[in-house]
Amino acid sequence: MIGASILLESLKRVGVDVIFGYPGGQVLPIFDQLYDSDIKFILIRHEQGAAHAADGYARATGKVGVCLSTSGPGATNLVTGIATAYMDSIPMVAITGQVGTHLIGNDAFQEADVTGITRPITKHNYLVKDVKDLAQIIAEAFYIASSGRPGPVLIDIPVDVQRADTEFIWPEKVEIRSYQPTYSGHPGQVKKAVKLISGSKKPVIYAGGGIITSGAEIELKKLAEKIQAPVTTTFMGLGGFPGTHKLFLGMLGMHGTAYANHAVMGSDLIIAIGARFDDRVTGRLDTFAPGAKVIHIDIDPSSISKNIRVDVPVVGDAKNIIDELIGQITELPDTGEWLKTVENWKKKHPLTYKDSTTMLKPQYILQQLWDLTKGDAIICTEVGQSQMWACQWYQYQAPRTFISSGGLGTMGFGFPAAIGAKLGCPGKEVFNIAGDGSIQMNIQELATCVANKINVKVLIFNNGFLGMVRQWQELFYKKRYSFTPITSPDYVLLAESYGAVGIRVTKKYEVRPALEKAIQTNNTVFIDFRIEPEENVYPMVPAGKAINEMIEGLA
Amino acid sequence: MRHTISVLVENKFGVLSRVAGLFSARGYNIASLAVSETLDPSVSYMTIVVDAKDEKILEQITKQLNKLIDVITVMDFTKKEHIDRELVLAKINYTSKDKPKLEAIFSKFVGKIVQHKADTAIVEAVGDEQQIKVLLEELNKFGIKELVRTGKLAIE
Repeated sequence: MIGASILLESLKRVGVDVIFGYPGGQVLPIFDQLYDSDIKFILIRHEQGAAHAADGYARATGKVGVCLSTSGPGATNLVTGIATAYMDSIPMVAITGQVGTHLIGNDAFQEADVTGITRPITKHNYLVKDVKDLAQIIAEAFYIASSGRPGPVLIDIPVDVQRADTEFIWPEKVEIRSYQPTYSGHPGQVKKAVKLISGSKKPVIYAGGGIITSGAEIELKKLAEKIQAPVTTTFMGLGGFPGTHKLFLGMLGMHGTAYANHAVMGSDLIIAIGARFDDRVTGRLDTFAPGAKVIHIDIDPSSISKNIRVDVPVVGDAKNIIDELIGQITELPDTGEWLKTVENWKKKHPLTYKDSTTMLKPQYILQQLWDLTKGDAIICTEVGQSQMWACQWYQYQAPRTFISSGGLGTMGFGFPAAIGAKLGCPGKEVFNIAGDGSIQMNIQELATCVANKINVKVLIFNNGFLGMVRQWQELFYKKRYSFTPITSPDYVLLAESYGAVGIRVTKKYEVRPALEKAIQTNNTVFIDFRIEPEENVYPMVPAGKAINEMIEGLA
Repeated sequence: MRHTISVLVENKFGVLSRVAGLFSARGYNIASLAVSETLDPSVSYMTIVVDAKDEKILEQITKQLNKLIDVITVMDFTKKEHIDRELVLAKINYTSKDKPKLEAIFSKFVGKIVQHKADTAIVEAVGDEQQIKVLLEELNKFGIKELVRTGKLAIE
């Protein structure tokens, strides 16, 4: 069997049903095999879109997303998407063609040292030099991508290896002596955690993306209800706890709710689960939660005690460890007073905005979207103000319903990710919340949507600005709007020219009907919402401040 | 503080670059690095010496090293009992009349002349960090024309 067939056969063995990619000179043998393969192939319009689509597919389904490109520029175009997946611990396998082994290092046409370029942004990568190793490498790549703390793995396959012939031997089991992730928590550490929880009076659960990766949402809810602790999630953790639950505080950190930040700062115990105390969460480190002891549960030992001092580290899988905690906690903490205090913060510092009858407010649009869908939809986002509003104003009920680039903050992520999510979950309504800046970064994927009948609904919050940067310029750079005003094409005409549907909304009363029409339309829809140009995202913790020193001004 | 770290890795292409990348990405210079095969030819042993300005960053680096798929074990020898040695080859100014002086030096250190041509000798010496430091000061009295060092090797 030739290398290209081994590749596709191996992909089938690991359960791949869709590949996002783009052909080119050094992947011709693979594309020749794809021509009559039963694996679905989605021809994207830019390789960056392929990586984001594979990522969106992975986030929506929990399966490994797969993207494929040629060597050189095809591969370097994947880089932003690979880095995005790496920062958010998303299981992905990127397959790149490479020039023939005899040409590697010769500055051959469309050659780039892709394993070198992607080394710091992949969990692992491979250059396949011998076709005999190919099946083993693919099996390892999928195992590494999806186990432990997941992440992207890249396989670089020279074109002569794709053509070379060998016997296909599929390894039924993958074992790597130097890679053995820890799944169950150390019993001694779990005991210590139980003791801290029982002795606490003001506990807060701080849950991150690890809840979603681990599939621990049910356990998390049980734990919170058992110990009656309020729950805040990180950006990556949204959907890991029901957004309408009375113990839920919303997201914490720079654009988190004021009450989540107050609760964390005032707590005597932080139970961190699958979160990494990112700088957007902690604000100024030496002021963070001064009275709190910290239990940190994470599958990645390098996340623990990286930014803040941890009292009880527990390395392992969130689901296993929460389950252990629930089983072992017999003495329940008395949190009655604490919950009252938290409730007061909720009342005193609610999430709010100044509505308008004349201007279109982005928060209002999201409230309408929530009202129409009640959490039964997948919300993808781009990056910036629109993204932060989408975190604040939609109550995610279930894991894998909020898909957004967190760690890397990649503009242009949302639209192709929505394509991946829709392919992974065809029965779900998929929205992309976009700004007029971000949507223009991968707008070419409109063609992919229309050609493949992938009906995603893109809600463009069009304010004529790169809004988040403008907000910083307004607050910290004396309103000197340096290169943040941005022009757009006519999105309605643009959508129509691609064969999609475009709707323009300028008035408040048009919002609801437009959203309803978008949902009913069996096509990709762009809605151009002309929103208030200088609306800000609040609350906001300025850089270098403690997280309870928020600007809470109404926009 | 100067740290000596040993890393047991899969003996494959690209591994050294993965390991080195974790130091360079944080602006850490590797002071010395020795790599060789072990008894098991599929495994290599690296001894890395690095000056850590911030112990927390070094702790992060060792944790990240452990995360690399091709890394089998990582050990920081700094606070552990261990033996370390370095080999140096030095080309020094030397004539036969210097023999007693050099012999006096080598009575205190592990080393010898490996080549003597006209007014130059190449000497080899083995020792721990402090010994090598003192030895080099002694040899410098002859005038060192060229010096190569293996970098430190360490074993528990």
